[in-house]
Amino acid sequence: MSEISQKPRFEPGAFTPYAFIMPAIVVMMGGLLYPVVMAFYLSFYDWEIGRKLADAPFVSFDHFVRMVADPQVWEVLWVTIRFGFWTITIEMTLGVALALLLEKPIRGASIFRTIFILPLMVSPVVVGLIWRYLFDARIGWINYYLGVWFGIEPQVWLGDPQLAFFAIVFTDIWQWTPFIFIIVIAGLQALPSEVVEASTIDGANWYQQIFLVKLPMIKSILVIALLMRLIDVFRGLEVMLIMTGGGPGRSTELLSLHIYNRAFDTQQLGYASAISVLLIAIVFGISTVILTMANPMKSKSDV
Amino acid sequence: MNDGFVRQLWHYLALIFLALLALAPIWVMIATSFKDDVLVQDGKPLWFFFAPTLENYQYIVTRGKFDRYLTNSVIVGAASTAITLLLGGFCAYALARTDFRGRTLMANSTLLVRMVPPAVLAVPAFAFVTFSGVKSDLAVLTFFYTALNLPFAIWLLFGFYKQIPVELEEAAIVDGATSLQVFFRVLLPLMKSGYAVAAIFTFRIAWNEFILALLLTGRTTRTLPVGAAGFITDTGVEWGRIMAMGTLIVIPPLLFTFFAARQIIAGMTAGAVKG
Repeated sequence: MSEISQKPRFEPGAFTPYAFIMPAIVVMMGGLLYPVVMAFYLSFYDWEIGRKLADAPFVSFDHFVRMVADPQVWEVLWVTIRFGFWTITIEMTLGVALALLLEKPIRGASIFRTIFILPLMVSPVVVGLIWRYLFDARIGWINYYLGVWFGIEPQVWLGDPQLAFFAIVFTDIWQWTPFIFIIVIAGLQALPSEVVEASTIDGANWYQQIFLVKLPMIKSILVIALLMRLIDVFRGLEVMLIMTGGGPGRSTELLSLHIYNRAFDTQQLGYASAISVLLIAIVFGISTVILTMANPMKSKSDV
Repeated sequence: MNDGFVRQLWHYLALIFLALLALAPIWVMIATSFKDDVLVQDGKPLWFFFAPTLENYQYIVTRGKFDRYLTNSVIVGAASTAITLLLGGFCAYALARTDFRGRTLMANSTLLVRMVPPAVLAVPAFAFVTFSGVKSDLAVLTFFYTALNLPFAIWLLFGFYKQIPVELEEAAIVDGATSLQVFFRVLLPLMKSGYAVAAIFTFRIAWNEFILALLLTGRTTRTLPVGAAGFITDTGVEWGRIMAMGTLIVIPPLLFTFFAARQIIAGMTAGAVKG
């Protein structure tokens, strides 16, 4: 930095990459890296809201020891895994199936594509509000139509552990299946047409073409989409916070939401930080897998 | 009727069905926002109805602090977007054009910090505001949103810079242009669509974000999503009003979608398809 600040302006032709990079680095360090380090630091202190951090006792690894034996942490981890399993399985299956069925370019495709990304653009808070309303036991539209069409009694969707879990899975599927659909369609349409044509000439049937030609060729897209969704499962909390707050019980409390509730509901900031460290480890683990598979910035020869 | 026609008909019918599924919940919100409380509490779905009422909108605009929330949201969204594009653009440019020590490390860590969960930021951000003496104001929120958005913006803009031939810059340098002149006069005009995509994604995150906004803002600095959540009370939810608020929050993202769907999809698929 020092050599740069001494020069009032850049020399012609002499490119100074560090000067271009530093401002962004500084902001990311302050806004992302520092909080992560801070989470590590705080996890060693028994800090609660209303207490000065300086007065918080140092507890060494106590929080981590406690965490390993904490049934609540295991419970929300299990909820998160189940949530991830159901949402990702259904979203990938639906998204890929629809993309295969509807990949053929047709007139007006762009209008439909525009409509399909709308759910992705809606604020998570608003998504939570809309579905909380639709699933409402008394005035919700879902109960109404289930009753009118199928004669099903009104259910207290968000008040029953299993039904509430179903509701948040359903909401996630509504919002994120279009994402898979659009990514897969883009991948399919980018496939060289010669390969698909060649397989037709070789006598491959529709089924073989999908499972032996098309899907293997977009495998990396599928895996990356899946991992990106997996990370989102660990990152998301706003929709559930609005819809159920994590309840009833902890039936819809994902790991991220649990950290939030621990910190600001039960006010155990130090312990919440320890759980944050667990979350960081999980997310960085998944991210590293993505990085080794596809990092567009890794080498200059890329792109 | 030939086979192709029938198949195409099914194709369209399937797409229309899916489009309705995607749109229906959003429409429910918009429709509900125009209903008075009697109609909402009635519980019978009404997709279309006569005599929509504006009383929910009137209430939130005049009685709530809508104007303040809106101003806050616009300020934070615009400021964090502008700073993100400026800093992220510089950074992406350097990454795309030069090979310097630590480049790979920088590229990898940029993608890693992109994944930091907001919940992890919550407690440290709260600690920072509580103990640094910094007032919970919009600048702090802007700073965090900028940090949150930079990795994706850098990554996205990197791809766009890569597509511009280096010869253009070399020619300008031969003509005696400085690095900054090359950046602003030669590259920026070619990068318009890249910056547009990055701007949409950045603004959308800042506009929609809830958790950090909730923790880092006070009574006068709340943003729209925080204001909307305020209509959920212990005694119940004021559905008409909250839906009106939700509708207003959703307008800018929906406008972006309709005017720049192609760019948004390019941004979304860039990572998966290119990588």
